[in-house]
Amino acid sequence: MARLLGILVAAIAVTFGANWLLDSFVDEYVVRIINLCGISIILAVSLNVINGLCGQFSLGHAGFMAIGAYVSAYFTTTLRYFDEAATKYVAIEPMFASEWGFVPALLAGGLVAAAAGAVVGIPTLRLKGDYLAIATLGFGEIVTIMITNFEKVGGANGLPGLPPYSNTFWIFSFVVLVIMLSWTLQRSTFGRALIAIRENELAAEVMGIPASRLKVMAFIYGAFFAGVAGGLLGHLLQTISPATFNFMKSIEVVVMLVLGGLGSMTGAVVGAIVLTALPEALRDVESGLGLPGIRMVVYSLVLILLMIFRPQGIFGQKELSLKLLARLLPGKKGDK
Amino acid sequence: MLPLLDSGVTFEAILQQVANGVAKGSVYALIAVGYTMVYGVLQLINFAHGEVYMLGAYFSYYPAKWLGYLPEGSEKPKVPLLVIGGLFVGSMAACAAIGMLIERLAYRPLRNSSRLAALITAIGVSLLLQNGGQMLFGADPKGFPQFVEQESVNLGPVALANTKIVIIAVAAVMMTGLHLFVQKTKPGAAMRACSFDMRTARLMGINVDRTIALTFAMGSAMAAVGGVLVAMDQPRLTPLMGLLMGLKAFVAAVLGGIGSIPGAALGGLLLGVAESVVGTWSTTYSEAVAFVILILVLLVKPSGLLGKSGREKV
Repeated sequence: MARLLGILVAAIAVTFGANWLLDSFVDEYVVRIINLCGISIILAVSLNVINGLCGQFSLGHAGFMAIGAYVSAYFTTTLRYFDEAATKYVAIEPMFASEWGFVPALLAGGLVAAAAGAVVGIPTLRLKGDYLAIATLGFGEIVTIMITNFEKVGGANGLPGLPPYSNTFWIFSFVVLVIMLSWTLQRSTFGRALIAIRENELAAEVMGIPASRLKVMAFIYGAFFAGVAGGLLGHLLQTISPATFNFMKSIEVVVMLVLGGLGSMTGAVVGAIVLTALPEALRDVESGLGLPGIRMVVYSLVLILLMIFRPQGIFGQKELSLKLLARLLPGKKGDK
Repeated sequence: MLPLLDSGVTFEAILQQVANGVAKGSVYALIAVGYTMVYGVLQLINFAHGEVYMLGAYFSYYPAKWLGYLPEGSEKPKVPLLVIGGLFVGSMAACAAIGMLIERLAYRPLRNSSRLAALITAIGVSLLLQNGGQMLFGADPKGFPQFVEQESVNLGPVALANTKIVIIAVAAVMMTGLHLFVQKTKPGAAMRACSFDMRTARLMGINVDRTIALTFAMGSAMAAVGGVLVAMDQPRLTPLMGLLMGLKAFVAAVLGGIGSIPGAALGGLLLGVAESVVGTWSTTYSEAVAFVILILVLLVKPSGLLGKSGREKV
C-alpha cells in the first residue's frame, strides 16, 4: 500500500512537470490531442472494468459522462450570480470561483454518475449479453433526451462558458489514479471474482460469489470515472451539449476497448491513444486525398476487419508488460 | 415537466394522434420484422438494419432524380403509378442485395465466433454504411420528389393525410404477405426450422446458408419499403436517418417479442401510437418513449408480448 501511494505521488509529480513542459514548449494543438488521449484513457480503462473484466457489455458510458459533465459544470458555472454593482459573475461558494473548486466539482460529477450507475445497474444487470447492451444504450439515450429537455442547462443548444480548468496536470492525475486503481482492483479478490463472473456466471455463483452485487459494484466504479472524464472533457471543450455525449461516444469507447483487447487494461490504454490520435493523423490524409469523410469509413472498416480476423483485439486478455516485451525480443529467453 | 390533461388537450386531439401513430407504427413494424427475423435465426442484433432502411430511401431517390421526377421550384411532377411501383420494387431488390452482401461479407465469417464479436461487427457495418453514405450522398438533407399531392382525408373523427393512409395500407399488405410466406411456403418453413434449431435443420437437409441469406434479403426488402414510404411522406433524406429509426424499430421488435412477425407488427403499432400520444404534450419527450418502453419491457417481460419465453440452458 505504501509502495502504491509512493508511485501515485511520484506519478502525479511527473504529471505536474510534464504539464509545465508541454505548456511552455509544445504546440497547443498537440497538447490538446494529448489531453484528449488522457480523457479517452480514463474512459476506456473504466469501461474495461465493466465490459472487459466483468463481461457485462455496456453501451451507456456516454450517458454517465454526460451526467458527470453537467453536474461538474453546475458547480463551476451556475453556482454563481451576476453582481450588478461589480458587473461580473460572483460565485455563491467562493471555492468554486477558483481552480481549487475543480476537483470537488469533478468528484461531485463522478459521484452523481456513480449513483446513476447504481440506479441503472441494479435493475438492468439482470439482463445478459446483447439485451444488456441495448438496455444501457437506451439509458444513454434517455439521459441525452432529458438534458435536451432541460432548458436551465441550455437544452439542445448546450451549456457554454465552462472555465478552462482541464489541463494536462488534472487530466493525467486522474489517468494515473484510474490506472493504478484498476490495476490493483484487477489483481484483488474483487477483480478475480469479476473475471469469474465473466467466464461463467453460474459457476461463479455456485462458488459463492455474489454475482449481482459485484456486477453492480463494477458498474458503479465505471460510471464514477466516466463521470469524472465527462467533467474533464467539459472543462476542456468549455462547451457541452447533449450531442457531445450521444450514442456514438459510447460506441467510440467500446471500439477502443475492442481494439486493445477486451479485458486487457494496457490494451485499453493503447486502444484509447490509437483511436484518439489516429483520426487526427488521418485528417491530413483526408484533405490530401480530397476525400472528406474517408476517415470514418476507414475507422469502421478497421472495426469490422478486426472482428473477423482478430476478434480478441491487439493484446487479447494479456497485459503489456516488461516481461512480455522481454519474451518477444529475439534471442533471449524470458522467464516462463 | 409534462403538463396534465387539463392543458387544453382534447380527446379528439388524442384520437388524431392515435391515427398518426398507427401510420408511424406501420413503418416501425416494417423495419422491426427485419430485426426480428434475423434475431430469430442468428440471435444477432443486426445494427446495420436501420442503415438498410436509409439506403432504401436513397435507392428510390436517385432513380427518381435520374428519370427526371425531381421538382424544380414549386412545380409538381406528374408521376405515373407504374413508375412509383417500379421505384418500390427497384429499391426492394437493391436493398435485398445489400442485405445479402452484408450477411455474406461481415456476418458469415463470424457465425461461429462469440455473439459479442458479431454484435460489434454489426455496429461496425452500421457505422460503415452511415459514413459511406455521408461520403457518397453528401451529409446535406435531400428533398424527395413529391409524387402524390398531400391532402387530408376525413375518416370519421380523425383526418389523415393520404400519404399516411398509403403507408398503413402498404405496410398491412406487406406484413400479411410476409406472414403468409413464412407460415405457408417451403422456404418459410425452412426459416422457421432454422430459427428453432439450426443444427437439426441442417441435418434435415435444409440449406442453412441459403435460408439465412433469404432471411436477410426479405428483412432488407421490407426495410426498403419502409424507407420509400417515409421518403414520400416526409421528404427529407439524410445518411443518418436510419440510426434512430433502427433503434426504435428494434425496440418495437423487443416489445412485440423478438422472433415473432405478428409481434413485430403489434410492437411497431403500439410504439408508434405511444410516441404520438406523448407527442401531444411534448415532442422532445416523445423521443424518449421508445427507450423507456425498452427498459420496462426488458425488466418486466424480456420475451415481449407475443414472444416465446425460453428457459436458459446451462
